[in-house]
Amino acid sequence: MSRLPPEFADLEPYAGWALRTEAERYAKRLASSMEELQEFYDAAFPRLEAAIEHCDRHPLDQLPEDAQRLLWLCYSLVNVSFPVEVWRQARVPDSGAAQLDLVVEPPI
Amino acid sequence: MAHFPKPAEGSWTEHHPGLGTGPVSYEDSISPEHYELERDAIFRRNWLNVGRVEQLPRTGSYFTRELDVARTSIVVVRDADGGVRAFHNICRHRGNKLVWSDHPGEETSGTCRQFTCKYHGWRYGLDGELTFVQQEEEFFDLDRATHGLVPVQCDVWEGFVFVHLDPDNTTSLAEHMGDLGAGLVGYPFHRMTQVHRYRAEVASNWKLFIDAFAEFYHAPVLHAKQAVADESRKLASYGFEGLHYEIDGPHGMVSSWGGMSPPKDLAMVKPIERVLRSGLFGPWDRPDIGVDELPPGLNPARSPVWGVDSFVFFPNFMLLVWAPNWYLTYHYWPTSYRTHIFEGTLYFVPPTTARERLAQELAAVTFKEYALQDGNTLEATQTMLESRAVTEFPLNDQEVLLRHFHRTAQQQVDQYLAARGAGSDGHAPASAVSLVAGK
Repeated sequence: MSRLPPEFADLEPYAGWALRTEAERYAKRLASSMEELQEFYDAAFPRLEAAIEHCDRHPLDQLPEDAQRLLWLCYSLVNVSFPVEVWRQARVPDSGAAQLDLVVEPPI
Repeated sequence: MAHFPKPAEGSWTEHHPGLGTGPVSYEDSISPEHYELERDAIFRRNWLNVGRVEQLPRTGSYFTRELDVARTSIVVVRDADGGVRAFHNICRHRGNKLVWSDHPGEETSGTCRQFTCKYHGWRYGLDGELTFVQQEEEFFDLDRATHGLVPVQCDVWEGFVFVHLDPDNTTSLAEHMGDLGAGLVGYPFHRMTQVHRYRAEVASNWKLFIDAFAEFYHAPVLHAKQAVADESRKLASYGFEGLHYEIDGPHGMVSSWGGMSPPKDLAMVKPIERVLRSGLFGPWDRPDIGVDELPPGLNPARSPVWGVDSFVFFPNFMLLVWAPNWYLTYHYWPTSYRTHIFEGTLYFVPPTTARERLAQELAAVTFKEYALQDGNTLEATQTMLESRAVTEFPLNDQEVLLRHFHRTAQQQVDQYLAARGAGSDGHAPASAVSLVAGK
């Protein structure tokens, strides 16, 4: 069974980024090398607009499972855009001891 | 070089002569003894914002708040008449914490028909009345009517739930919120119910984090790398100037420009922002919030480049209203003189499409990236302030709210000590610290 919509089979190698919570997405970002983050970004960023259009064929609160996973993958892309576009490292520079946990997040 | 006009006195600071312009001391942020005074003088003697009415959607909805700083835990509940009530979270029998799940020190929420103590099963109605006592006949002259939950003053301002822990308080919530609060009445906070709430344990005095968010002077420097390189250089060369500052009783506000929502030139922003049309200042495509005009307290300078207004409501509640129709709150809950819990909550109009949801996600993640930088700076500040290698610090005009905030906090401690002194031997003890450096 495919995890993402069939039209996005090219992103299947990165389906591990389709994570439900911000905590999981942020943890995966910190656990990845810059090469891995760059590879995911390079594959997913050009597909972002198409992914939005795909999800928006459905009301947001009635997304099919595969479209929901695609949207979660897009949330991961947002998270990973910071190391790739700005920091050149997984962690926010000079944020050594700081942590900030998302304790209430939207259900979708 | 001034980009925006200042008051006739020449500066925002001198517009309020009581503030002075000299260097300040941060002894109030590094003294355990002073912190103990603040707990009673400030946190048990001010209205404290503990939540929003949306957290209490129906009869019996409740949440608890651990107010370590004020030496109590409270439970806030929607009663059968639709009102909001608050009680000290303690059973009248033998003092057990009444409402908690799994971990007594952790906050909880839910819906119930009545509160039942885990220890001996005493039950209380949503109005606090004691309704059931296990083996009541075993007690001696127990009057249920005088053994209800201990109420805490509770009131609602624009959907924000506040409590006041001093039972003798006579200042209404509306009075406390003052002119700055009155100027916000009517803003459609109730439409912005899509919530992202962050929480952090921060190794600094609570006032230092308020300082960090009560000025934007730091933004072009500390957050320089968040912008594309050319934009970052430009921002640093401009520095920061507020559009307007306002001080009202214990509260203050700064109004800021915000050219990034949307940016004049797409080259100014990062690739992800170009696709998702969003960033630090929020989604560029503003949702309908059902009002033709914003309340008069917003964008007080009536500037066409307005981006955000940041309100510091004393003691520990900040409210930021952003031009693109969303808002953000900060709360700072001290746990010791050098630690506190920070809560940052983003409130958006609920998205109806994936495109809107992703624009909000980018704003929320951007907030986290910025706040992580802010949080770490604070720990570095706390440890070096405690070295006392330097004891006098100059504040500039864009830091006027910090000067006012520390002065207000100090005044409340002084007033508390004076009242306490007058109540015993008529001799007011001196505060442990002085805000003015060198005194």
